[in-house]
This record gives sequence, C-alpha cells and structure tokens, in this order.
Amino acid sequence: MSQQNLEQLAMELNNATTEGDLSLSTEYHEGLSVITVTVLDREEFPIYITIDESQILCVTHLWREEEILAGKREELLDAMLIMNAPMPLSAFSKVGQQYILFGALFTEASVDEILEEVDTLSNNTLLAIEELSEFLHSESE
Amino acid sequence: MGIFSKLFTALRGAGNEMGESIIDTQSMRILDQELRDAKTHLDEAKENLTKVIAQQIGADRKVKKIKKAINEHETYAMQALDSGKEDLAVEISEKIADLENSLEADQMVLDGFNNSVSTLKQTIRNTEKNIQALEREINVIKTTEKVHQANEAAAARFSGSNSKLNSATSSLERIKRKQQEKTDRMAAALAMQKEEAGDDLQDKMREAGIIGSEASGNSVLERLKAKQKKKIKNKG
Repeated sequence: MSQQNLEQLAMELNNATTEGDLSLSTEYHEGLSVITVTVLDREEFPIYITIDESQILCVTHLWREEEILAGKREELLDAMLIMNAPMPLSAFSKVGQQYILFGALFTEASVDEILEEVDTLSNNTLLAIEELSEFLHSESE
Repeated sequence: MGIFSKLFTALRGAGNEMGESIIDTQSMRILDQELRDAKTHLDEAKENLTKVIAQQIGADRKVKKIKKAINEHETYAMQALDSGKEDLAVEISEKIADLENSLEADQMVLDGFNNSVSTLKQTIRNTEKNIQALEREINVIKTTEKVHQANEAAAARFSGSNSKLNSATSSLERIKRKQQEKTDRMAAALAMQKEEAGDDLQDKMREAGIIGSEASGNSVLERLKAKQKKKIKNKG
C-alpha cells in the first residue's frame, strides 16, 4: 500500500462505523505517513495506522514506564506475557519508555479487515488497561 | 552484533522525555551505514561473479575442446591400427595421453571456477537477504518513530501539558465515566419519553396502590373466587 493509498484509506475510514458500533474519524499526517484514527468516546486512545513494505501496522499507546507502581514492574511484565496469547489478534510491545499494543495486517488487507482490526485493537486496549490497572498509578495518586 | 541487538540499541536509547525522539540517532546512523556497506558488498560480489563466470566459460570451452580432440585422436588411432600402422597408432596414443593430462589439469581449473560461481551466487543471495532484512528493520524503526510523533501530537492536543490527565488509568476512567454518562442520558431520555406518554403517572399511581396492578390469570381467578364467596354468604 503506497502513501497515496494510505491517504485514500484515511478517507475511507473517516466517519466509518465498525461491526462493534465504534464511530471513527481519521486524520492523515502527510509528512509522517501515519493515519490517526479517533474512536468516538474513546478519544484518549487513538489508533495509529501506518505501513511499511511488508505490513499494515495498527498501534495504540498504553502507559509509560513511569506510570507503573513501584515494585510492581516484574509482576506487570509477567501478567502481560500471560495475557499476550489469549488476547485476540493484538500483542504487547514497548518502544522507548512507552508500552504499546499492536496488530499487523498484510498489505493487501481490505478496508473491512482494517475496520475489524481497529475494533479489536480498541477493545483490547481498554481491556488490557482495565485488567492491568492494579499495577499502574491510578488517577488519584 | 546481530541485527536484533542493533535494533534493540537503536530503539531503547532515547525517548525518556515527551517530545524526544525514540530513536537513538547514532545507532540509526550505524544501521544506515551497514546497509550502505552491504549494498557495496553486493555490487562487488556481482562484479566478481561476472568475471568468474567469464573465466568459467573459457575453461569450459577449453575442456570441451580437449575432450573433442581426445575423441578425434582415438578415432585416428583406431584407423591407424585398422590399417596396420602400429607406429603411427603409438604416436597418436602418446598424443592422446598428453591431451588427457591437459584435460585433467583443465578440468580441475573448471571445477574450481564452478565452485567459485556457486559460492559467489550463495554469497549474493545471502547479502540480498541481509539487505532486505536490514531495510525491513530500518523501516520498522522509522515507522515506530512516525507513530510516536503522531501520538505526541495527539496527546498534546488532547490534554495539553497536564501529563497526569494523560495516564492510561485516568484515561480509562474518563472513558468509563463518559460511557456511564451516555447510559444515564439514554435512561433519562427513555424516562422522559415514558412520562410524555403518560406511563410514568400510571406507574406512580400503581406503586401508590391508587390503581390496581395489571390483570393476570391469578388476579382474575382471585377476583372470581372472592365474588363466589360473597355470593354464598349472601345466600346463607
């Protein structure tokens, strides 16, 4: 999928609704070749879609290293490893200090398949934070 | 150092602060340099292959020429034997022996070139694979950086400079609150709708016992039984 196609994809995903009833809006960052997909009522966790030569990558940002409770890091990593396999179609990763959740699709994936991925990834993001919040600083702390 | 370790270095070096690149630029420069080196190595290997293939063709031609000459001389020797010219046959056989010695030496040279060609082809295949792997990995890093920058822009726009608002759990809490508010709003809208339809007043009166509850098989039966009892009493 070329940069031109990525722009086209941004247009196709804009105002689309997923099977799980999530309403999407998109923004295409031309210089970065990244689409930001904003999910209505879940604006805090946008989904970033980008491509390289071999895959379409959908990414959400979870928490940063400093959000982990002191002394809980090992337990959190253990829980993430355990959760990685049963969590459908998404995987944990870490970039710099940022923990992320991502799903990859082959470059010929259809818009419907990408919508399904966005739906799954958005749900998995909330699920992961909910499940692992006991290891993270809460709002009041 | 393997590719994996280099990527690890390239990605873990930076990104401690908001707005900072997540890529260790020094490591990226090294990876880019390695890619350029690998491409130069590939060009050299291809050039070498061309030279060796030319030599291989030459050696092959020579070996074929000697084999042909041996075959021809064997025919000559047979013809000399057939016509009883033993001396000539001996002389031709000696020539054949010389040719066979040359063939052995040239065949070894040809075998050497054949080996070199297959080794060089393998090297080229491996180098090409390495280049593809490096390009793919560099792409992954650059892609990750792009996503990071897009996220920084989105996060800054969403919550400004208040990093506390930015935490995963507080964001989740906000989403849950929004969902709850939405559910409450929907319930309120439903209640209003009901009220407009007069259902609400009916419900309130029913709850207060001012009006009876809705008819059911049991309540009808109870009513009939009560009626019957009253009738018997009146008769009595």
